[in-house]
Amino acid sequence: MEKRVTFKGWLLPLLLVAPQVAVTAVFFFYPAGQAVWQSLFIPDPFGLKSQFVGLGNFEFLLGDPYYRASFVTTAIFSSLVTVVSMGVALVLAVLADRLIKGSGTYRTLLIWPYAVAPAVAGVLWLFMFNTRVGVVAWYLGQLGYDWNHVLNGGEAMGLVVVASAWGRISYNFLFFLAGLQAIPRSVIEAAAIDGARFWTRFWTIVFPLLSPTTFFLLVVNIVYAFFETFGVIHTITSGGPQQATTILVYKVFADGFVGQDLGSSAAQSVILLVVVGVLTVVQFRFIERRVHY
Amino acid sequence: MATLTLTQVRKSFGATEVIHGVDIDVAEGEFIVIVGPSGCGKSTLLRMVAGLETVTAGEIAINGQRVNEREPMDRNIAMVFQNYALYPHMSVFDNMAYGLKIARMPKPEIAARVAEAARLLQLEPYLARRPRELSGGQRQRVAMGRAIVRQPAVFLFDEPLSNLDAKLRVQMRLEIKALQRKLGITSLYVTHDQVEAMTLADRMIVMNEGNAEQIGAPLEVYERPATLFAAQFIGSPSMNVLPGEGAEDGVVLENGMRIPLGRPVAGKVMLGIRPEHLVPDADGPLAIETGMSEPVGAQTLVHGRLTGSTAECVASLPGVHRESDLPAVQRYAVPPHAAHVFDAATGRRIGV
Repeated sequence: MEKRVTFKGWLLPLLLVAPQVAVTAVFFFYPAGQAVWQSLFIPDPFGLKSQFVGLGNFEFLLGDPYYRASFVTTAIFSSLVTVVSMGVALVLAVLADRLIKGSGTYRTLLIWPYAVAPAVAGVLWLFMFNTRVGVVAWYLGQLGYDWNHVLNGGEAMGLVVVASAWGRISYNFLFFLAGLQAIPRSVIEAAAIDGARFWTRFWTIVFPLLSPTTFFLLVVNIVYAFFETFGVIHTITSGGPQQATTILVYKVFADGFVGQDLGSSAAQSVILLVVVGVLTVVQFRFIERRVHY
Repeated sequence: MATLTLTQVRKSFGATEVIHGVDIDVAEGEFIVIVGPSGCGKSTLLRMVAGLETVTAGEIAINGQRVNEREPMDRNIAMVFQNYALYPHMSVFDNMAYGLKIARMPKPEIAARVAEAARLLQLEPYLARRPRELSGGQRQRVAMGRAIVRQPAVFLFDEPLSNLDAKLRVQMRLEIKALQRKLGITSLYVTHDQVEAMTLADRMIVMNEGNAEQIGAPLEVYERPATLFAAQFIGSPSMNVLPGEGAEDGVVLENGMRIPLGRPVAGKVMLGIRPEHLVPDADGPLAIETGMSEPVGAQTLVHGRLTGSTAECVASLPGVHRESDLPAVQRYAVPPHAAHVFDAATGRRIGV
């Protein structure tokens, strides 16, 4: 039986949920409402008055090749971040799961990068890949590869993906390891007796049994890649070169706060909100049903 | 069909040795039950045969072939686990077919083998279901089915019935026995339940603290337990054990009671008598102060204490006896053939 508390009146339960409702209202509903409202106007350059344009901002955005390019950039960036961070984390978790001696140390070391703030992580990677003084860039130079993410869009994308995925690996690793350890040993042993060697076991037993964890991480990582990577991109490339790393959330910032086009910026954040909302609903509707056994 | 031979098998975890040299010789098609309390090393021994634990010393051979270094999959064995260890994301059919698919058996043959096993285990209506949609008994059958379809040389059972309720356990016990007879596959079965051991085994191995205390047919172990441990572990309620001293014609208990056995006994001994062998007799040599009694239906268990001593004693009397009907001190006869004498120091059986 589920434990359920029954209240007599209205006041106490209302008071109990009030703080959460207040936080959500102040930090989500109010700004989201503001964004929707603002997206219907074009303010003049000095912010003295604004003109109602209806869906004009949206119309303009959808016709804007730069905005559409940003969509593609975001898709590439978030797919790469998700695949890299989850893939590496899964490999590490599988290795850590097999480990008996020294597993504590190994795990602790793997969790550390999660404590590094995205912006700081961005700076760390920036230093390593700095075209003049970066260690990695220097070694690449020695090998005859001329690394320059300031000029090369592909390299810039690679660098922000690595920097964003790096801190995320720890988080994913923790969940994957917990997921792996929740799989009963006897099931693995039964598969071993049935003749399955390590990789067969992994693909036919372990990975399917891990699918609820994988699905959860997929949702969480995509949302992360969409929003929280702002700090990394801002410190490393500022969206450049030539908008090669301008993902949607960065464009919201660049157009609104740098370009001072508040109407367009607001419209972009509304679109972003809808995109992530739809993405999450789709994931839960169509994928979640298949991952539970 | 295969033979299974364990020669001086030992197992250590770090510096602690948990299995101290076990020898077993299993004939083709024989059903061997390893029985012992938890922590006696019985499961470890089984897992060593399965290849899930390494063998520290000694040799395990299947059909005369040393398998110590072989991976589980290369030993031609099948195992039924206590928690069934079914693959939760696969249907019953896929659970049973998994091993065959890995062995790259042609599809029609897989279907035929699974169908045959399903028929044998009455699982036909459930082939499309997932394990979570099955009852405990059905899951147990699927686990058996998964073992059967591979037609292994040796079946290993690791307490397969302990997660079932009492009634189902009795039913599955009979089914396992019937199935094993029918298929004639050499089997090694681990349990802590002595009733399971008595009913299933062709021969049983009583294990205690990493030693095989006795290996023999169930009734042989019951009638002539080789050690005090085997005597007390097999049989329910367990055998009464009364400390005493050897004498010319029997045993003198610590309270001075003389139990004639018709043969001389020497040294400090333990006298063992099964509760069901105590016969109320006004002239009997054994006097017991009556305590609690437990009517079980067919018999009544009368608990008591040896007069002038602290030794507890249980008698199992046929029929129903009310506590008020029993005398405060009941005397019992001890039939000499039912008295077991063990060396007090070593626990080994003395004499016949």
